[in-house]
Amino acid sequence: MKFDIDAFREISQTLRRNKSRTFLTGFGVFWGMFMLLVLLGGSKAVKSMVSKDMGNFATNCVIVMNGITTKPYGGFKSGRQIMFRTADMDELRKIQGVELATTSMSQWGVQAVYGTNKYNGVNFQGVTSDYSRIQFQHMKYGRFINDMDNAEGRKVATIGWRVYETLFPGGGDPCGKFISINGIYYEIIGVVAQTSSNFNINGGSDRGVFCPMSVMARLYNRGDRIWGLMVLVKPEYRSSEVMNQCVNMMKQKYLVAPNDKRAIVGLNIESMFTFVRNLFKGLDLLFLLVGIGTLLAGAIGVSNIMMVTVKERTTEIGIRRAIGATPKTIISQVIAESITLTMVSGMFGIIFSVMILGMVELGFTKDGVMTAQFQVTFWQALLALLGLITLGVLAGLAPASRAMQIKPVDAMREE
Amino acid sequence: MMIELKDVNKTYFGAQPLHVLKGINLEIGKGEFVSIMGASGSGKSTLLNILGILDNYDTGEYWLDGRLIKGLSEREAARYRNHTIGFIFQSFNLINFKTAVENVELPLFYRGIGRRERHHQAMEYLDKMGLTDWAEHFPNEMSGGQKQRVAIARALITHPRIILADEPTGALDSKTSLEVMELLKRVNKEEDVTMIVVTHESGVANETNKIIHIKDGIIGKVEDNVDHNASPFGENSIMK
Repeated sequence: MKFDIDAFREISQTLRRNKSRTFLTGFGVFWGMFMLLVLLGGSKAVKSMVSKDMGNFATNCVIVMNGITTKPYGGFKSGRQIMFRTADMDELRKIQGVELATTSMSQWGVQAVYGTNKYNGVNFQGVTSDYSRIQFQHMKYGRFINDMDNAEGRKVATIGWRVYETLFPGGGDPCGKFISINGIYYEIIGVVAQTSSNFNINGGSDRGVFCPMSVMARLYNRGDRIWGLMVLVKPEYRSSEVMNQCVNMMKQKYLVAPNDKRAIVGLNIESMFTFVRNLFKGLDLLFLLVGIGTLLAGAIGVSNIMMVTVKERTTEIGIRRAIGATPKTIISQVIAESITLTMVSGMFGIIFSVMILGMVELGFTKDGVMTAQFQVTFWQALLALLGLITLGVLAGLAPASRAMQIKPVDAMREE
Repeated sequence: MMIELKDVNKTYFGAQPLHVLKGINLEIGKGEFVSIMGASGSGKSTLLNILGILDNYDTGEYWLDGRLIKGLSEREAARYRNHTIGFIFQSFNLINFKTAVENVELPLFYRGIGRRERHHQAMEYLDKMGLTDWAEHFPNEMSGGQKQRVAIARALITHPRIILADEPTGALDSKTSLEVMELLKRVNKEEDVTMIVVTHESGVANETNKIIHIKDGIIGKVEDNVDHNASPFGENSIMK
């Protein structure tokens, strides 16, 4: 039976016969579709939010932290504070899997002044150029601290976005201007673009001011003492192995007991990222399962109702058969009914969920900037639609085969 | 011959096999108006189902309009039913959620005829049945006689070679029964269609030109009834 106006009239007539039943059945599919798409959109939003948080950080990275020894070793008592030294950065590079090691010295809560504008709570950091290879810095103006700045001890600074906005409300390129931090003047050489990253070490760059590490060490009498080391692992090496090598090297150097778990600690960033990534995969799968499960339940509902309907319509189908309907027309009618029911209610589900997702997205939009993406893609919706049609056919199969078994004689028997 | 049955046997296999038709031999010519009479359980309904290709038979031969009807596929059977046979049932068997005219259209729908043409023809036949004003009414808004007339229109619309009527007056009062029988007579004459009426009412049978008595699965007496005076129950009783 081709799908023309006649077929459509036949279908709508039979579906309208029992409005409340049709509605309730359709609602199952509608709800399934709605759940599936909303869950997909939700997981996408969470993912987009978190990956934005992690976006600016190198994932193949380990961190080696220093602490206080808990075991006596090598002639020392326990309770000794371990401090790394700047020379350790070069030391660690001797390990094969280490691409580079770097760190930052920081002064918290200092004030930056430009003219009459002040910014309190600056996170003032002394860094090497390698710092931007682990914590990526996208420059709005100028450049980041480089090796020459460090080597020559230049009093230059790269400032973060919020510091820039406060000190230079008029905007424009501030490079070449001088800002004062704790009474010492630094020439601005760059501005870091705004980041939304929430995953960073020693504070985010938005409220940061960066100067060469050598400058900070000298001006604040920090010597060569540093807290913690960030190690970038070469891509072909396993970060967990490299981390252990780094930790062991540092333990040997600072005479820490090999089994001391507090004095020098490794933190595998990659494994954290992998964990989060796997979490997302799991979440995706869960959402998909729940959504598809709900949708399936709806489709089974359709199948069930069609089954009852076919049973109720034994006489009618018998009459149709007696006056010349072939089994094929009966089957296609039942399946077409099933498809229509699932399609129409599923489409409502798609429309409704897209609407809701759009509204939620609007709620997450600040100053015209979307902070999280909720909306499902066109292809996802299309795929869902194709899935719906398949479900409709499948849901109609069992009732249709039952309808086919009805013999015209049955029309006369069941009176 | 329009219908020729040669030694047709039919057994229902259930808990106890039931030999319903025990070798039926029957000939019905073109344009005849025949009734098949028998008590309930005599096999007359089974015979009608076989004649209407609604059921199959075990042995023997059934020739319909010169074609052997045996071992047909469902599709072929549906085609024969649609093109050569019209059915009239005791309980009318109209589809309740369709209007009168839609019910009459239905056989043409299965024939693949366009909507407008279908509607046109259906209205024509409803007009012949005097039901033009009732075309848009649903079956439950009509009287039994009107419903049966809709059913007759539905049977006629495909221009069938034979019409099989299974107790066509069974659910009607005597006055309406008479009207329906008159209508069937008229159809038989005007449309030149072979009419086979199954009944257990002698009054109904009396209206037909030939009465075939069936008893215990065998054809008994075949009466010619051109004068329409064959043994009615009591005096002047036409039907009931």
